[in-house]
Amino acid sequence: MSATPRVIPGFSLTLGYTLFYLSLLVLIPLGALVFKTTQLTWAEFWGTVSDPVVVASYRLTFGASAIAALVNAVFGLMVAWVLVRYSFPGRRIFDALIDFPFALPTAVAGLTFSNLYLKTGWIGGLGDNIVGALNRLGSFVGRPDLLPADALSGLDFAYTNTNVGVVLVLIFVGLPFVVRTVQPVLQEWDTEYELAARSLGASPFTIFRRVIFPEIFPAWLSGSSLAFARAVGEYGSVIFIAGNIPGKSQIAPLQIVTKLDDFHYAQATAIGVVLLGASLMILLVVNGFEAWVRRRRIA
Amino acid sequence: MLTRRRLIAGAGAIVASAHVGVPAWAAQDVKLLNVSYDPTRELYSVINEAFAADYKAKTGTVVTIEQSHGGSSKQARSVIDGLKADVVTLALDWDVTAMERAGLIKPGWRDRLPDNASPYTSTVAFLVRKGNPKGIKDWSDLTKSDAQVVTANPKTSGGGRWAFLALWGAVAKAKTHDLSTVAGNDEAKAAAKAATAFPVLDDATARTVITTFYNSHVPVLDTGARGSTVSFAQKQIGDVLVNWENELWLALEEFGADKFEIVYPSVSILGEAPVAVVDAVVDAKGTRAAAEAYLQYLYTKDAQDTIGQLHYRPRDIEALARYSKDLPPIKLFTIDETFGGWTKAHATFFADGGVFDALYKPLK
Repeated sequence: MSATPRVIPGFSLTLGYTLFYLSLLVLIPLGALVFKTTQLTWAEFWGTVSDPVVVASYRLTFGASAIAALVNAVFGLMVAWVLVRYSFPGRRIFDALIDFPFALPTAVAGLTFSNLYLKTGWIGGLGDNIVGALNRLGSFVGRPDLLPADALSGLDFAYTNTNVGVVLVLIFVGLPFVVRTVQPVLQEWDTEYELAARSLGASPFTIFRRVIFPEIFPAWLSGSSLAFARAVGEYGSVIFIAGNIPGKSQIAPLQIVTKLDDFHYAQATAIGVVLLGASLMILLVVNGFEAWVRRRRIA
Repeated sequence: MLTRRRLIAGAGAIVASAHVGVPAWAAQDVKLLNVSYDPTRELYSVINEAFAADYKAKTGTVVTIEQSHGGSSKQARSVIDGLKADVVTLALDWDVTAMERAGLIKPGWRDRLPDNASPYTSTVAFLVRKGNPKGIKDWSDLTKSDAQVVTANPKTSGGGRWAFLALWGAVAKAKTHDLSTVAGNDEAKAAAKAATAFPVLDDATARTVITTFYNSHVPVLDTGARGSTVSFAQKQIGDVLVNWENELWLALEEFGADKFEIVYPSVSILGEAPVAVVDAVVDAKGTRAAAEAYLQYLYTKDAQDTIGQLHYRPRDIEALARYSKDLPPIKLFTIDETFGGWTKAHATFFADGGVFDALYKPLK
């Protein structure tokens, strides 16, 4: 390292500061988390983290987070694209709105979502309202009972056993990550490459696939994995919209809170350690994949 | 609502007038922190002002009391983890016992104040939608074929635990007492002291009913008592809310008596909410005198009246009788006589691998 000329002076000072800062805020607390878990015997640890209800909560947490991250990956990219490439009235407002999930207390989001997507809420009740309106219309033209009353009753998401509501709020809290990581790359993007590709006869889809997408891919992937990581740790909003039924609609962070409420600190940290380990592994795999793609492109 | 506001204004006026007579040099301020559970916010904001005025008049000391509210167990955990609470006023004996185990509260705290150190009680009852469309009258109606019941999770909520034990005890036909009389109170206390065997813990019928109840009739398990009130009253989930009596009154006042009505089952549980001085903290801060006076104040006529007015059941029989329109006499069983106290009840029902975990696993 010392062989290369430095742009910023004081390397040892800044590195020391960085290590100190990261240790204080990240490494030591996480180390303490793992350390606290060592209070348990191996059998106790395994008993805690492999309890069927706890395992079901991992499945929900990681499953719902993965679905939310995928949805955000697709639609976040689209949003970023629209915000960068097109100019339309209110664009600045929409652009500012993207950051809302960062700023809003997630409990507020959970409450709002659950009220909205309940059967009695505006959107949750939409299905019933549509069916009701159609049937009223039907009775005008002499065909009442056009649709059975519960034809669209599956549209309420809050508290249902399907956990669609959980995915919805996780999409909400993860939305800014993809948009905000892809946006600057798209902004920097030189459209001359596109023009060159077009002059060589490439179709718009091919241009996107072969020219634009490889450029934004690393940012897009890291944005998506950030959205995923954020969703895994989300608590406040989810408990408001999930039914919180053990084994069906309880997320892993709720299992941790349950253990804490029972004054079982070590068991709570044990579940925390499993979440941490799994998240770390997934992020490593994603980063590895990103690095592999990059190497392949250079080769 | 109006009465509550008047009460606060009145208490404020007393404080203001008390300030006048005492010279400034006499004031040595004491600050107390009362760490309490969720529903008591309104109760203590009224009581604190009244106590401050009373204490100032008696000792000349200005005392200000800060309040902290949250889930009962979470609050206990905060104190164990270092929150400097002078007194705790929680929902469960079990949560105070946790602080005792942590060495913060000396053993025997339960006998240091009258009535198991719980100056007020509550019980568990039902809130139904106006007109009671599902005809919910008693505990047995909760497991009727199509009844949907909202209750809090016993694993995370004090209120949820009381609801669980109320249903269990009612089904297992626990021995009840009339606690609206002095004789009934004495009888209940003697019975609690004499109890040695607890057959109710192994009751097969209760086991079956609890299994059916939690697995087939509870659409959402909120993490706290207040959350379950919101789910039922505001989000319109379910046909019945099983919760603390004072929460039901709150829902009635907040969301309108034209929408809901309170139904009292034939029997229910005596919910004791314990208070205790946190010995380790008051000795370090030198606030013991004020902290003890504060908790003793809860047993005075004035405080007991406020307690009744805010829909908690006063220990004072006269105060209880004054509010009997809102807090009707109901046959109650005690946790000490029925389940052998909180420590035993917790170990049997709510600890990991306990009865609740064994019966309630809606996994396919």
